Amino acid sequence: MSPVEMNLEARFEAYVAEDKKIEPKDWMPDAYRKTLIRQISQHAHSEIVGMLPEGNWITRAPSLKRKAILLAKVQDEAGHGLYLYSAAETLGVTRDQMLDDLHTGKAKYSSIFNYPTISWADIGAVGWLVDGAAIMNQVPLCKCSYGPYARAMVRVCKEESFHQRQGFQIMLTMAQGTPEQKALAQDAFNRWWWPSLMMFGPSDADSPHSGQSMKWNIKRFSNDELRQRFVDMTVPQAELLGLTVPDPDLKWNEDRGHYDFGAIDWDEFFNVIKGNGPCNKERLAARVSAHERGAWVREAAKAHAAKQAERRAKSSTHAA
Amino acid sequence: MSSTQHEWPLWEIFVRSRQGLGHKHVGSLHAADAEMAIQNARDVYTRRQEGVSIWVVPADAITASSPDEKDVLFDPANDKVYRHPTFYQLPDEVNNM
Repeated sequence: MSPVEMNLEARFEAYVAEDKKIEPKDWMPDAYRKTLIRQISQHAHSEIVGMLPEGNWITRAPSLKRKAILLAKVQDEAGHGLYLYSAAETLGVTRDQMLDDLHTGKAKYSSIFNYPTISWADIGAVGWLVDGAAIMNQVPLCKCSYGPYARAMVRVCKEESFHQRQGFQIMLTMAQGTPEQKALAQDAFNRWWWPSLMMFGPSDADSPHSGQSMKWNIKRFSNDELRQRFVDMTVPQAELLGLTVPDPDLKWNEDRGHYDFGAIDWDEFFNVIKGNGPCNKERLAARVSAHERGAWVREAAKAHAAKQAERRAKSSTHAA
Repeated sequence: MSSTQHEWPLWEIFVRSRQGLGHKHVGSLHAADAEMAIQNARDVYTRRQEGVSIWVVPADAITASSPDEKDVLFDPANDKVYRHPTFYQLPDEVNNM
């Protein structure tokens, strides 16, 4: 390493240590840039793929009001994806490259979206639990060391709270409804609880990127810490709904001041990541198909823009 | 392997949150032309009445100062404390100043 690079590296380390932000044109270590590109683009992909399980219910929402709300929520997810893609692009990666990585399966997205939404109650459970877990993960990112990512996360978090509350309200309505509706709510809860706990990622001992990300102030709390916080926050909400947490080992631990909970099936988690979840193929196929079927629109818009620019150029030459 | 030639140009988006305030950078997006950039900016950055006016600027039209120039550009202001009113100690009896 040259003395100049050593200087730059020292300045970067000092900035991060002092909790200052790193901005796009600042020098940064290659590994920091790569880690951020990986994390931000995968985060963006998760927002975009996350539109699919919910989009599934837009045409079948039980009322016009619910439909309008769900549309707004899915539109927010698209917006979140776009904030994040543009934050990643400040690091030098192109949008085409990121989409290519998603479509070829090179880039991952959050495993949770590989589960199906089979009843309307799933839309409630997704908002309450999946968005709830996402908020838990995302709030600390508002303070992460990379400026554009932190700023994008501030916007995302502001909007995410509506998502969680509308989900909880769906659950509340169903839990207080007919016995059949309550049973649907419990069934959705049973299916989404464990995958939601898995959203925080592997146990700290098995989390390969955690240590370095903590040092760089990209990550502020460990996976297990955030997961525990989520359990502690969510169990009383389930009690309020009158639903049963699908975990026979769940109990309050007076000494720890936290809930103890049962073992997570990590085989399932890694299996879904590998591509063997219930909807992996369907989700990816839907994304690729949407991209391919939109190609003519993208090309037409480009051709139109070129023609308009040409016309403007011509008329200004004539005027001169 | 795809290249950049397929994607629409990148635009930087600035939003005036209400009359009386300046436009503030909020992020960027891709669009085929300026008109579409404004349409997209409306959908992406002002879904909750965050703005009353939008500027879109082709990202490659922006020239930014380099972080390496930070000292050259901004340090000279460091030792000119006399540019701030607090530099001047006045007797307590002086009012309205």
